[in-house]
Amino acid sequence: MRAVLLILFAFALMGQRDPILVPEVSQHEVRVRQGFTGTELLLFGAVLDPLGRAAGSDYDIVVVLKGPSEPVRLREKERFVGVWVNAASSDFRSVPSFFAVASSRPVSEIVDEKTAAIYEFGTDYIQLSPSGVIDPEEQARFKAGLVDLKTRQQLYKQDFEGVQISEQVLYQSRISLPSSVSTGTYTAETFAVRDGRVIASAQAEVEVKKVGFERLVAEYSQEWSLAYGLMAVALAVGMGWAAGRLFALM
Amino acid sequence: MDVYLPIANLSVNGLWIVALGALTGILSGLFGVGGGFLTTPLLIFYGIPPTVAAASASTQVTGASVTGVLAHGGRGGVDYRMGMVMVAGGIVGSGFGALLFRFLRSIGQIDVVISALYVILLGTIGMLMAREAVQTLRGTGSSQAARRRHHPLIASLPMRWRFYRSGLYISPIAPLVVGVAVGVLTMLMGVGGGFILVPAMLYILGMSANVVVGTSLYNILFVTMATTLMHSLTTKAVDIVLVFLLLVGSVTGAQIGSQIAVKAKPEILRLILAAIVLLVAFRMFLGLFYQPDEIYTLYPL
Repeated sequence: MRAVLLILFAFALMGQRDPILVPEVSQHEVRVRQGFTGTELLLFGAVLDPLGRAAGSDYDIVVVLKGPSEPVRLREKERFVGVWVNAASSDFRSVPSFFAVASSRPVSEIVDEKTAAIYEFGTDYIQLSPSGVIDPEEQARFKAGLVDLKTRQQLYKQDFEGVQISEQVLYQSRISLPSSVSTGTYTAETFAVRDGRVIASAQAEVEVKKVGFERLVAEYSQEWSLAYGLMAVALAVGMGWAAGRLFALM
Repeated sequence: MDVYLPIANLSVNGLWIVALGALTGILSGLFGVGGGFLTTPLLIFYGIPPTVAAASASTQVTGASVTGVLAHGGRGGVDYRMGMVMVAGGIVGSGFGALLFRFLRSIGQIDVVISALYVILLGTIGMLMAREAVQTLRGTGSSQAARRRHHPLIASLPMRWRFYRSGLYISPIAPLVVGVAVGVLTMLMGVGGGFILVPAMLYILGMSANVVVGTSLYNILFVTMATTLMHSLTTKAVDIVLVFLLLVGSVTGAQIGSQIAVKAKPEILRLILAAIVLLVAFRMFLGLFYQPDEIYTLYPL
């Protein structure tokens, strides 16, 4: 007890007044199996000051949930002699397969644009590492197109009233994952913001993985492609043959 | 009933997919075509990624054609010699198709090529079928005797083989080339190619009508097997769960279809098929010119 007090005292002396974030996620593992139609993650936690009490003063919470990134090529359709064909394209080296931001107040009221860009507070600020196209205007157009596409697929989302803070201590936010989420390691970052400054942050991980039959199918198709193909053919031939026999008997 | 598709990576309503399979099954039982030309666009419309749709549709066609081959083979309606020549061509063609698929995908024009192919092929064949059906209905299509057996070009090819069941003495190069063309199309469009094969056999090769449907199904059976394997090895896009759902519908639908086919007038059936084919072609044609829903598309690198 004395040791704890001593440490806390030391913190106080050092002028360490920044609060501590204690984040938690409702499930650290999302199992994608038969009947999976998406799920809802509850990101919650508490903000404490170093003395273990409620943080006291007003602060805002922003949570960012990000899925594994992948390199993609984005193609843009254009009218060519009346027909819509793919024309220009742009490459992005790290496009998160899923991205969700929730905050207790609109981000523009919490931080300035620069800070928002650093911490990716919003779908406008996702860092995609574009390569290829250099013209900034064109790059912005492609980025907007990408974000719009992903937003309509419900893979990118932002909710500026999505975090509830109760008693200035506990916060919670619900983020739904659609059934089309990619598998991999998702990171849930929580930021406590006061006076336009990020004063504390913490990170938690969520593993999205296929299990059981679904995992078997996905792995088999990748690693034993030939056997998988033969199995698909056998299934088709078998079912066709069985149906023929069955109806012939009737 | 929500079913998660492990390769397409999304959840679908299983009953819809079974119903879709049944619809194409009924068509294949009624008209002797695989029905892939309807499955692929409808799956894409439902939100299945195009590559997965094409790959899985070709596997479904395998299942749908097995029943037909058994039935036709039982009463001598399959020219196996001709079929094997075409299958050989078809396997080569699906290899070409796979390369072409990859090339078109890398330059980003696969979607527009697939749509254009659908429009051109379905449009032409639908029109031909409609004209023929109308002529038969009016009783003016009695030019059978006057028509030449096969294209003069076919007769000029070297090295002739006898195809007894087809009643032909022609060079195997001709059916081989037809087989290659159908193989390429099967790989690109996810269709069995029956709607191309049947007219090609009748009007280009001049095969006797009673072996055309059976031999076409025989060829489709093996070519779709080859394309399934080709897809599993290259695009890895065959979704076995999707295939299963489609098959449940289509093998049942095929039986229902063939029972209706016995009772209905063949000219009427052909007219209906022509109308469906033209409708799909027309929809695809509009799709080329209307502003698409998505201006941007993502391709993983």
